[in-house]
Formats: sequence, C-alpha cells, structure tokens
Amino acid sequence: MSSWRHLSYAAMLAFVLLGTLPLHHYYRLRVFRQPLRLLAAIVPVAALFVAWDLMATSAGHWRFDPAQTIAGRLWGLPLEEYAFFVVVPLAGILTFEAVQAVGSQRRHVPPTAPPAPPAPPQGPTPTTQDGSPKAGPR
Amino acid sequence: MISYTVAAGIAVVVAVVLDLFILRTALVRARAWWAAYSIVVVFQLVTNGWLTGRGIVRYDADAIIGSGRIVFLGDGRIVYAPVEDLAFGFALVLLSCSLWVWAGAKAGAAHPRKG
Repeated sequence: MSSWRHLSYAAMLAFVLLGTLPLHHYYRLRVFRQPLRLLAAIVPVAALFVAWDLMATSAGHWRFDPAQTIAGRLWGLPLEEYAFFVVVPLAGILTFEAVQAVGSQRRHVPPTAPPAPPAPPQGPTPTTQDGSPKAGPR
Repeated sequence: MISYTVAAGIAVVVAVVLDLFILRTALVRARAWWAAYSIVVVFQLVTNGWLTGRGIVRYDADAIIGSGRIVFLGDGRIVYAPVEDLAFGFALVLLSCSLWVWAGAKAGAAHPRKG
C-alpha cells in the first residue's frame, strides 16, 4: 500500500498524459513532428515556472508530501514537480491544437488551409498545422 | 517574498502582456484558445483537486487568500485547491500556447511557403 502511495503525484501526471497524448493520433496533429518548436514553447515556460516554484518552496508557500512522491529530489523539489512543467504545457498545446483541428473540420476545409491561395504550393503535399489560421500576429 | 496570491496575479498579467504585446499571438482574443482553456480548466480542477485534496501539495496559510484549511469549496479554495492555482494554471497554459504559436509563426516566416 505505502509503495503505491508514493506514486500519488506521478499518477496524476500519468492521467494527464493518458488524456492528452491520444489527441495527437486521433486528430492527426503535427505537434511531435515539430520538436524544435515544441522545445521553444516548453523550455522557457518550464524554466520560468521552476524558478518560481523554487522560490516559493524555499519561502514556504507550499511543500510536498514525501509520502506521496517518489524519493528523488532536485534542489529540494520532487522530480514529479519538474515533470509537471513539461507535461502540463504539452497537454495545453495538444488540447489547443486539437480544438483547432476540430474547428477546421467543422468548416469543411483542410486543416489550416490559408485563405484562397493564389497558386498551388510546389513540391510535396502542402503541410498543414504550422502557422495555423489564428496563429499569426495581426 | 510576495505572497502566492500576488505572484499568481503577476503571472497572469505577464502572460497576457506577452501574448498581446510582446509575442503578439493574441490568443486571449481567439475563440479557439478559450475553447481549449475551458477544457483544460476542467481537467485542472480534477487533477489539482487530487494534488491538493490528498495533501500531496500543502500550502502555507500566510501565502494564500484562504486560511490553509483543506476544504472542497470556500475559504479561498475551489475543489480543494487554492484559487491562486487557477491563475497559476491559466498563466502556465497561456504562456505555453502563446510561445507555441509564436514559434510556429516564426518558423513559417523563416521558411515562407508562398502559396
């Protein structure tokens, strides 16, 4: 029993991944085909929030139950906490992309087709997701 | 150090300013982002309720609006979690999606697919 209890936090992370990773296949997302873009999104956010987390933990704003986390600690934080800042941004991005894919399907246009392209693109199949419709700065 | 309440408020402002004025992704004006966030926030309440209701994460009463008691609703808590966590989660997901869109637009600009 107690050994399972140590996985309480890890179980939450697994639940989030189980809920969001299938979106990638189901909606044919292209998130994992753009690893650099994914890193560009997650690394700065994770760094910022880990910094906040370290300050808040050392200031005593919150603390973690050793009985419900795995033993590993890095700078005083459970390893799950670092994973949290990768898993949750990823889950957010997958959800956002899935919502956009659903929206594109509803409009009966290929996902993220640019409005009325004047000429067909050269080369291989036109790629879809990058630079999605509402994505660009306006 | 400033309280969690203040820090969470600052995080929301920083995320929105980045989205609107620095990265110029304007997700807070995009219907798709709010649709995504409305899904995310439901799951946040569930998973964060697990983390806080079981006391996996415990909060210092001086850092939050509530008294530090772990209750389902009220005393500054929503589904066991301090309301500050909602601001924390909002900023975390908005920043991630904003950077994601920004990096995508940037890649598109570097390799323009005229067409």
